[in-house]
Amino acid sequence: MNIRTMSEMSGAKALMYSLEKEGVDIVFGLPGGANLPIYDALVDAQFRHVLVRHEQSAAHMADGYARIKRKAGVCLATSGPGATNLITGIATAYADSSPLIAITGQVPLNMIGKDAFQETDIIGVANPCTKYAFQPRSATEIPEVVKKSFYIAESGRPGPVLIDIPKDVQQDVTEIQFPDLIKVRGYKPTVDPNLSNVGKAVELLVSSQRPIIMAGGGVILSGAFSELQAVAELIMAPVVTTFKGKGAFPENHPLAMGPIGMHGHAEANRIILEADCILAVGARFSDRSVGRFDEFGKGMNIIHLDIDPAEIGKNKSVDIAIVGDVKSALRTMVKMLSKVVTKKSSENPWLKRRKELIDYFSQNIKDYPKELTARKALKKLRELLPPESIVTTEVGQCQMWTSLHFDVISPGTFFSSTGLGTMGFGFPASIGAKAGRPNVHVVDIAGDGSFNMTENSLAVSVLENLPVIVFLLNNDMLGMVAQWQRTFYDRRYMGVHQKNCPDYVKIAEAYGANGLKAQSMGELEKAIKSALRTDVATVIDITIDPEEDVYPFVAPGTGLKDMITGA
Amino acid sequence: MSSKEYRNKPLYIISSLVENKPGVLFRITNLFRARSFNIESITVGITEKPDLSRMTITTRIDEAILDQLVKQLRKLIDIVEVEVLDVNNTVYRELALIKIRAKDFTNRNEIINFANVFRANILDIGKESVTVEVIGTPDKIDAFKNLIIQYEIVEMARTGVSALQRGE
Ligand SMILES: Cc1ncc(C[n+]2csc(CCOP(=O)(O)OP(=O)(O)O)c2C)c(N)n1
Ligand SMILES: [Mg+2]
Repeated sequence: MNIRTMSEMSGAKALMYSLEKEGVDIVFGLPGGANLPIYDALVDAQFRHVLVRHEQSAAHMADGYARIKRKAGVCLATSGPGATNLITGIATAYADSSPLIAITGQVPLNMIGKDAFQETDIIGVANPCTKYAFQPRSATEIPEVVKKSFYIAESGRPGPVLIDIPKDVQQDVTEIQFPDLIKVRGYKPTVDPNLSNVGKAVELLVSSQRPIIMAGGGVILSGAFSELQAVAELIMAPVVTTFKGKGAFPENHPLAMGPIGMHGHAEANRIILEADCILAVGARFSDRSVGRFDEFGKGMNIIHLDIDPAEIGKNKSVDIAIVGDVKSALRTMVKMLSKVVTKKSSENPWLKRRKELIDYFSQNIKDYPKELTARKALKKLRELLPPESIVTTEVGQCQMWTSLHFDVISPGTFFSSTGLGTMGFGFPASIGAKAGRPNVHVVDIAGDGSFNMTENSLAVSVLENLPVIVFLLNNDMLGMVAQWQRTFYDRRYMGVHQKNCPDYVKIAEAYGANGLKAQSMGELEKAIKSALRTDVATVIDITIDPEEDVYPFVAPGTGLKDMITGA
Repeated sequence: MSSKEYRNKPLYIISSLVENKPGVLFRITNLFRARSFNIESITVGITEKPDLSRMTITTRIDEAILDQLVKQLRKLIDIVEVEVLDVNNTVYRELALIKIRAKDFTNRNEIINFANVFRANILDIGKESVTVEVIGTPDKIDAFKNLIIQYEIVEMARTGVSALQRGE
């Protein structure tokens, strides 16, 4: 489409052109009364529309797409219930700083405030979980609003932006101008890091004996994989990640230690207590990652690099703060370090300690005594899945087992709802990721309870030819809740049993997907191989014991030092 | 936090320039609510530029939290500028309207005398009440209020603080 700078057209058409100008190639949505003009304009749009079966999944798909593409994903819904159905997905993206554009229909301008049919004050509802929310009041505003929305969603610390368009604004035909430049005067993300602070950080890192890197989601958001690796190798620092940062650093790298936190690797939770200097990169010191704020990092020097100035000192006061884009700050750090670091030997005592801890915990943390366990299943999946494949997870034990037992090798290929912990995220997000990178395998590591929440996305996976593998760790339980009831409530189970309902193989088949049951390691291996060979969505229903716990475990309100290993 | 603990925290005046359009006040007050910051007073009005409003917020918080609050405010896209004013280098005023019970002639005269000392204006005199307008710093208004409280305050309305940095 040749977009002229000024033409007469409807607001809905202007929306399509504006989205095309932003390079949008796919949108996920579901129509209704208040966005019919948008759906009419979609008929002639240059990009693909994917019809979902529930708006929450549209938001998760757009989020999954955004995470793999590192650019905004777009979802659409009608007013009222359509818009509120998006909210869980928007809040999920907000908690994980994912760039998302949510476009909702709204009742016509003259009906707003009249409690009209399917009217919801979605701007008010979305306020706490969006970076910004627009409501264009005339068709002429649409191009500028769209441009601003993408700019706000994708720059600085990314996040969701809502565009709520009244139906008459979609319909109005008028002379519309498409700006090339926009300015948002109240929005000035800091991108270039303060060089002198980077210099100080480099000095501190070089002079410390036991430096450690804690990599967070910011590394993935900025795609600073090679820079992070270069810094780690220059200072020979072990690298732990937050859970959100899992896969920021190849987990098979000789310096990798895996995630820290509530269900972090034991050796990672231990080594960070012994460090004398922590370089926190694109991380926010969440309670899930660091346990108790007051205890964490005591007596150590902390360097904090993040693009969001409000993260500095929010949970943890630090010694050196660098505000700016993680990638460009790390690049500068690499340059500075290369000048001062003379080749460090991998034989130093700090790295020996790393090895010692890994060996110790690998001998002392035993697997659950069954032939087929979550751990063995995940190790088998890793063995058979090509390293460049994308993996998402649901929420619960399935998620934490993945954190512990599934190594992400190719950086930036792992996504989970880490901030909000949204059950039902993983499956639609995996479909969105598949749309963003169709030529690799995509696997959702799922729990039965979570998969239940958005399983109707199987229709999308099948009909839209976006095949993914659902690796269903089926303990027939809301397992994580059950584990807490075992641990903290004296085994008084309440509301956790799934009672073998539904039959997931039949569910898969009902949607035209493949359903395979795996009750032994042998069956599992066969099922994985078969799923990798087919180009239809496959649900592998893996029977695991309902009472298998996730260990290690740092109980809420306690510090990393209080980790329970279950050994 | 007990109300005594809260009263003992230092008072800060936060001055911001914000977009003059619907929904801005909501976004700002919602941030205070969501992060459990209390607003002591808030005033909004247009500035010399018609598309910008000045919003002056006073709040009592610990200094460590103040920094976090200002950073969170700065993240709001409708806020163009935010700063914490240095009280020693700021002119700031509040206006209060106080309707005071004046049972008899003596009461009325006493109240008028107090008002004169505080350079407050008498706006209305009724059969049993006097309405006074006091302008000054919140402290001055508090002092006046504490003085006349013996007569019983029938009603009071305070505007909250407006403030500007001294000099250029
Ligand atoms: C939408 C939503 N509702 C409730 C919860 C609370 N919750 C956390 S984990 C969990 C159980 C998840 O069960 P399942 O998906 O089967 O995973 P498992 O723990 O059994 O591996 C629940 C209910 C949540 N995180 N998200
Ligand atoms: Mg389960």
